[in-house]
Amino acid sequence: MHKVVIPIGPQHPALKEPESFSVTLSGEKIMKFSARLGYNHRGIEKACEERTYIQDVYLTERICGICSHSHSTCFVQAVEEIAGADIPKRALYIRTLVGELERIHSHLLWLGVAGHEVGFDTLLMYTWRDREVVMDILAMLTGNRVNYGINTIGGVRRDVTAEQGKAILKAMDTLEERTNYYIQIATKETTLIQRLSGVGLLSNKDALKLGAVGPTARASGVDRDVRRDDPYAAYAEVKFKVITDNHNDVYGRTLVRVGELLETYKIIRQIIKKMPEGPLTVKVPRKIPAGEAVSRYEAPRGEDMHYVKSNGTEKPDRVKVRAPTLANIQTVAKMLEDRQLADLPIVIAAIDPCFSCTDRLTGIRHAGKRSKSVLKWEELHAYSIRHYREHGIDFAELNKKMRKALK
Amino acid sequence: MIRPGKMLKQVLESVFKKPATTEYPLVKARMPDNFRGKIVFHPERCIGCRLCMKDCPSGAIEIRKVGEKKFECEIDLGKCIYCAQCVDSCLKKALEATREFELAVLDRKKLKVTYNAETGEVSKG
Repeated sequence: MHKVVIPIGPQHPALKEPESFSVTLSGEKIMKFSARLGYNHRGIEKACEERTYIQDVYLTERICGICSHSHSTCFVQAVEEIAGADIPKRALYIRTLVGELERIHSHLLWLGVAGHEVGFDTLLMYTWRDREVVMDILAMLTGNRVNYGINTIGGVRRDVTAEQGKAILKAMDTLEERTNYYIQIATKETTLIQRLSGVGLLSNKDALKLGAVGPTARASGVDRDVRRDDPYAAYAEVKFKVITDNHNDVYGRTLVRVGELLETYKIIRQIIKKMPEGPLTVKVPRKIPAGEAVSRYEAPRGEDMHYVKSNGTEKPDRVKVRAPTLANIQTVAKMLEDRQLADLPIVIAAIDPCFSCTDRLTGIRHAGKRSKSVLKWEELHAYSIRHYREHGIDFAELNKKMRKALK
Repeated sequence: MIRPGKMLKQVLESVFKKPATTEYPLVKARMPDNFRGKIVFHPERCIGCRLCMKDCPSGAIEIRKVGEKKFECEIDLGKCIYCAQCVDSCLKKALEATREFELAVLDRKKLKVTYNAETGEVSKG
């Protein structure tokens, strides 16, 4: 059959963020899927090098709008490791608390989006209504609904009072009741099961080979969770199960996320109960001694990794971010092989992609050549002028015309 | 899965329920106590250490000397990311995060607010 290549994006009504996909179709069947990242590149890593560590906490927080606490905690952990700071227990507990609340809001958001992508908009309305409960709790604790700004180098900025603890526990009861209802839907509602089963299959072997992380990997039976395997913050002191599933498809990913919600409520209850008294911050010098550290964090979407290299000044030498979506985006091509085009939105949505997190680098290739080279700023500028001249656009003349027109 | 009887109960309940949304412009929204809104400056407390300027992630704050131990402060509300790090950095509590959030203006010059001991809070433009 005749093959058709369909470009999806960078601007497309179905996409929430600008990203370019190219799909080769034979009829309705997907033959090849490729993603081109880089449309959301903002140069955050470079910007981090030109700011002090304290300023970088707020910058890394803005890498992602949904898992903002994940990125800032991951960065702060790396810096604290280099500085050798001993963070107070209470601060670690508060970090864990906010991190888990963030997981609730992210998973509820995903559940709604997934419902929307398969045409189950009632689920979107229900989950997003319930998400408001946790958003209100986050606003109460930290002051704002997004970009909580709770982390600082050496601890946290705000305390949790006893009344707030009570309000959180009350909210957890409401959310648990609602989540149990969603589990009932996910396990009994035939239309949902039929729509999601067998869609976006990723075998255990492929998940390991492609390096999938987070719920995407756990739904393919990969028993991996940084919170348990390499405990950070207060995770070593709380008991929870790592939810895995062997469905290997979008249905499995739904079950993993909904199951994780219940575990999160358990973690939060334990944290409120066990929270020790003590100071919130420890003083960390502005100049961080020379060294390097890698920090891992289990974000709602999977393992987030930050690498920080310091050189003894107030500013880091290098900051590298590996967001969970970058690890997961490779799996989408595998999931879509020989599948129907209609499954594409839900399969992409099922990895819970965040392209703003992912876009860390843009590569420039010589047109027609396969080789890559690094261009300096001046070279890039000269190249752009030459490129437009070759295409018959000379800005020198245009500038003259513009000046005349303005007179 | 929901039986018709159960559905009827939900429908009737929803008829008499209050709307889930807030009537925001009519009823003024109350921000949480920890809210990080517009930053205000108290000139009498400032000692001019400029730690706030150094720590501001977006370069929105400027402290200027206007006399012997007297300082004025200019905050660009358009640049400010409302993280309130300056409030934490200030040793003398000269900066304060308020719960004010309705900061939209039609003229961008008005976003530059200067706090001075004599003239008080002045916005340009």
